[in-house]
Amino acid sequence: MAPPAAPWRRLWPLIALLAIVIVIAVIASFTPAVLQRRTTQGLINLIAVVGLYVFVGNSGVLSFGNVAFMAIGAYVSALLTMKPTAKSVFLPDLPAIIAHAEWPALAGALAGGCVAAVVSLVVGWPLMRLSGVSASIATFAILVVAYVVFGNWTAVTGGQNSLMGLPTYVDLWTTLGWAIAAIVIAFVYQETRSALLLRASREDPAAAQAAGVNILLHRLIAFVISAFLSGIAGVLLGHFLGIVRVESFYLDLTFLIVAMLIIGGRGSLTGAVAGAIVIAVLTELLRQLEIGFQLGHATIAAPPGLGDVILALIMLIIILFRPNGIAGGRELTWPFGHRSA
Amino acid sequence: MKEFVQILADAVSVGSLYALTALGIGLIFGVMRLINFAHGELITFAAYTLLALSGLPPPVMLLGALSVAIVLALLTERAAFRPLRNADPSTLLISSFAVSFFLQKLLILLVGSRLKGLNFLPGLGRQVELSGVRLQLLQIVTVSVSVILLVGLTWFLRATRLGLQMRGAAEDFRMARVLGVRANRVIATAFALSGVLAATVSCLIVIQSGVVQPRMGLQLVIIAFVGTVIGGLGSLPGAALGGFIVGAGAILLQALLPPDMRAFREAFVFIAVALVLLLRPQGLIPAVGLRERI
Repeated sequence: MAPPAAPWRRLWPLIALLAIVIVIAVIASFTPAVLQRRTTQGLINLIAVVGLYVFVGNSGVLSFGNVAFMAIGAYVSALLTMKPTAKSVFLPDLPAIIAHAEWPALAGALAGGCVAAVVSLVVGWPLMRLSGVSASIATFAILVVAYVVFGNWTAVTGGQNSLMGLPTYVDLWTTLGWAIAAIVIAFVYQETRSALLLRASREDPAAAQAAGVNILLHRLIAFVISAFLSGIAGVLLGHFLGIVRVESFYLDLTFLIVAMLIIGGRGSLTGAVAGAIVIAVLTELLRQLEIGFQLGHATIAAPPGLGDVILALIMLIIILFRPNGIAGGRELTWPFGHRSA
Repeated sequence: MKEFVQILADAVSVGSLYALTALGIGLIFGVMRLINFAHGELITFAAYTLLALSGLPPPVMLLGALSVAIVLALLTERAAFRPLRNADPSTLLISSFAVSFFLQKLLILLVGSRLKGLNFLPGLGRQVELSGVRLQLLQIVTVSVSVILLVGLTWFLRATRLGLQMRGAAEDFRMARVLGVRANRVIATAFALSGVLAATVSCLIVIQSGVVQPRMGLQLVIIAFVGTVIGGLGSLPGAALGGFIVGAGAILLQALLPPDMRAFREAFVFIAVALVLLLRPQGLIPAVGLRERI
């Protein structure tokens, strides 16, 4: 087969990744409802991982804060789309504008993503000056602050009580639509000049700065896009479960999303998608193991919680033996024939 | 006035607990540039050792907790951090994050995630009266133990050969190796010391709260991180000072904030971190030789 022309080659990773995600969704649509729901949840995680990748992959700074943006998205969309009657029961002290709002789903989702993006712009502007490990700890601070604020701002978020009665419009196809959008946004962004400059600063901050790269500006751009996508993932998670709990947007979810990105490979979009898919499949298998299977008359089941232990162990092994993850920092390439560049 | 002194005593004793925790993290960061999330699990495992040994004489329990924390610290170093010694700090950070979750989930798998009561050395809960002010005996013990450990650690770092090597390694690891410092021994010593600090913190926390729970260490360590960052990553006096400020600050905020703002005190603490990072990115007491030269 003849090697394709240059623009086609350049778009190949995007096309291949979209094809993979679409095929997974289509196959899942023929499976029982339980498996469909699991696939939907897996795709939501995929969006979150792609969102995290946009910042971590391009800037090289590990972020522990993206789950905070997921929480922001989830709460904003929940408050805007829930029925006013439901809100008056759970949150009697809401400001009138929010209490009477009943936005359509898409508007609520976009609002959730945009609020997350605006918050990331405000907190990122000072914090993106930091580098390396200090920057990671600063993003961790974002996570803790968000957790404490959402957990105690009882008038607006319900505090430690869950926010219930969200419209559950999220199904396999809505999630697939957003997953496609997320992958396209991440890919188009990483092909821009801004992302290229940011990756240069990731490889060698001093040299990039000496060559005139405004690291702060480009990091901030990546951070805002990343926060928007994370916000969307949070919106979808909220409307998928129909319930928003502050506990579900904290360390466990952070660990899961970070683990997916690291295992897949934080250096490429392919890695982000691969990590999300591999871990989703693995988690599902482990879950089956915990439920147990029939062997003759006895049911053999793994103890509950084993899945988490194995996930952590795999992450550890990947870091030790393949620190760049499954994808190793590369994108998918055109598989048929090579032309010397 | 009396009330104020009591709040102050509270602040000082909690502050010294966090200072010890931050010191354990700072010690490892100094020699390895590793932010050790897994330090929290050392504390948790030591606490569960106390639970497992409860009923035996207290010195045996203490010894058990101490040895478990030290062995676990050395094991994590050997298995997860030594192979990555030449990797960049963010890889090390991820590795410690994974170790921390692995140990925590393992513990939940083994003993369940429920809170368990543990009545360890209840005699220390007694009130004592010192010139008109009522203090808990435990507060006095906490502060004295912290001071003893701080003095001991300082003595070790200043006066012994291994301590000198450790300070050298913290300043310029490669140069220290060239001059004949044994990297493995220095790093293992640092991890063992962090195990001692973790076990001490663990015992004091268990006496104070009377419960153990798989998440207890992580919660402590998250706050203590903030201390090490505020104090200056890589600087031991900085870690101790930063940890103390954060712990004492949280207690003072709790006492001084209006009641409906109290729940947000951790948010204030973390906002303070972000501010310190911005105004003094190297921390209050900057470490020597941390900045990469080009």
